[in-house]
Amino acid sequence: MICVENLTKAYGDLQVLKGISTTIEKGEKVVVIGPSGSGKSTFLRCLNLLEKPTSGKISFEGRELTAMKEKELYAVREKMGMVFQHFHLFPHLTIRKNITLAPVKLGLMPQADADKKAEELLRKVGLFDKADQYPNQLSGGQKQRIAIARSLAMNPDVILFDEPTSALDPEMVGEVLSLMRELADEGMTMVVVTHEMGFAREVASRVMFMDGGYIVEENAPQEFFTNPQNPRLKEFLSRVL
Amino acid sequence: MNPFQSFLDKLHDTFIVDDRWTYLTNGLKITLIVTFFAALLGIVLGFLIAIVRSTYAKTGKLRILNFLAKLYLTVIRGTPVLVQLMIIYFVIFASFNVSKIFVAIMAFGLNSAAYVAEIVRSGIMSIDNGQFEAGASLGLNYPKTMIHIILPQALRNILPALANEFIVLLKETSVAGNIALNDLTKGGDIIRSATYEAFLPLIAVALIYLAMVMILSRLVALLERRLAKSDLR
Repeated sequence: MICVENLTKAYGDLQVLKGISTTIEKGEKVVVIGPSGSGKSTFLRCLNLLEKPTSGKISFEGRELTAMKEKELYAVREKMGMVFQHFHLFPHLTIRKNITLAPVKLGLMPQADADKKAEELLRKVGLFDKADQYPNQLSGGQKQRIAIARSLAMNPDVILFDEPTSALDPEMVGEVLSLMRELADEGMTMVVVTHEMGFAREVASRVMFMDGGYIVEENAPQEFFTNPQNPRLKEFLSRVL
Repeated sequence: MNPFQSFLDKLHDTFIVDDRWTYLTNGLKITLIVTFFAALLGIVLGFLIAIVRSTYAKTGKLRILNFLAKLYLTVIRGTPVLVQLMIIYFVIFASFNVSKIFVAIMAFGLNSAAYVAEIVRSGIMSIDNGQFEAGASLGLNYPKTMIHIILPQALRNILPALANEFIVLLKETSVAGNIALNDLTKGGDIIRSATYEAFLPLIAVALIYLAMVMILSRLVALLERRLAKSDLR
């Protein structure tokens, strides 16, 4: 579904990604872990071209994003949801409008249908009673669940999660992770950058360890955590587990 | 004659004789017309300039327009509005028979646009880049993100600064008498030169400006309260 070939990204002299190649299949739940500064967030943000790669190819459903006109790129992004560390809800809009804005303004559905869909999603994330409130009135965990609902409103084929629980108070991490687990169980294709090792172990179909701008090791979670090969991964796991 | 009686006589002389109060009401009408349409022109042009400038800053597009916008801001903000007004009237429109009100609207509008542009640009640049990214990740292109996500938030943040600009604009139009436009200030001045009495007409003019500004401030406060709805915690 997503095919990455020789992806590199540099900011001036700083080489963040040094040649990443991988393929993500439909239905996979790929969890990316690694020390901070390893390039994992940059890698994720390159997948929907929020960051423009310095070189390399990224394809999504057989179409090469890196060779596309900007107009087509926006159409592709409709199918690639993204959830951010700091939520980035639209503070001037009600929760309902946050969810319906994109589908309505992109002409995918009329407001009435979008509202119905928003209700459905709000029930799914357990925040139906918040529809007419504003983002500032919600807790961090609630905001992130709304952000997930907002990306689901576009019926994406894949959702990219950029450290979705890193900005949350510890007691709110669980509610977001359990929602993500639910999505995973429903078969959503997911790419998740996170520090939640428990989530990686239980939900991932594949865990990817990044360090110094490379994918150093990737494997099924069982093998990945019990039998790591690379010395840097061993050291990393010994520190975080 | 007691002082109160002499004050009443002066009042009568200044405002009632020959219907002199109509200089003030007619002048106020012109001041309000010029201010309103100049503000409108300033808003439209100012927003366009701000969008050009911040689009260039965010995406690197519109390089040439950005250069023109910067040039415009430099010239307009670098010269006095009175000089601009006189250049437009005595130089640009010298050989045309054009309404003075129109000239004043153009001059004050073009001038205000430069200040509005910088206010709006500061509002756009103050919005977290994450809002642009959230828009993009949902498939909303740059113009759609701008219109539905960025500008509404920016507008709320800059409302006090914009109100300030329009207060300044209202008062700045008082130099329009220099092209012989009979605005409010000029109206007071005409009364002064007819009655040789400066205090009453000038105080009356000042009070009318003050009242206008207070009404404007009140309207903006109401608008701010409405827009602050989403700030409730």
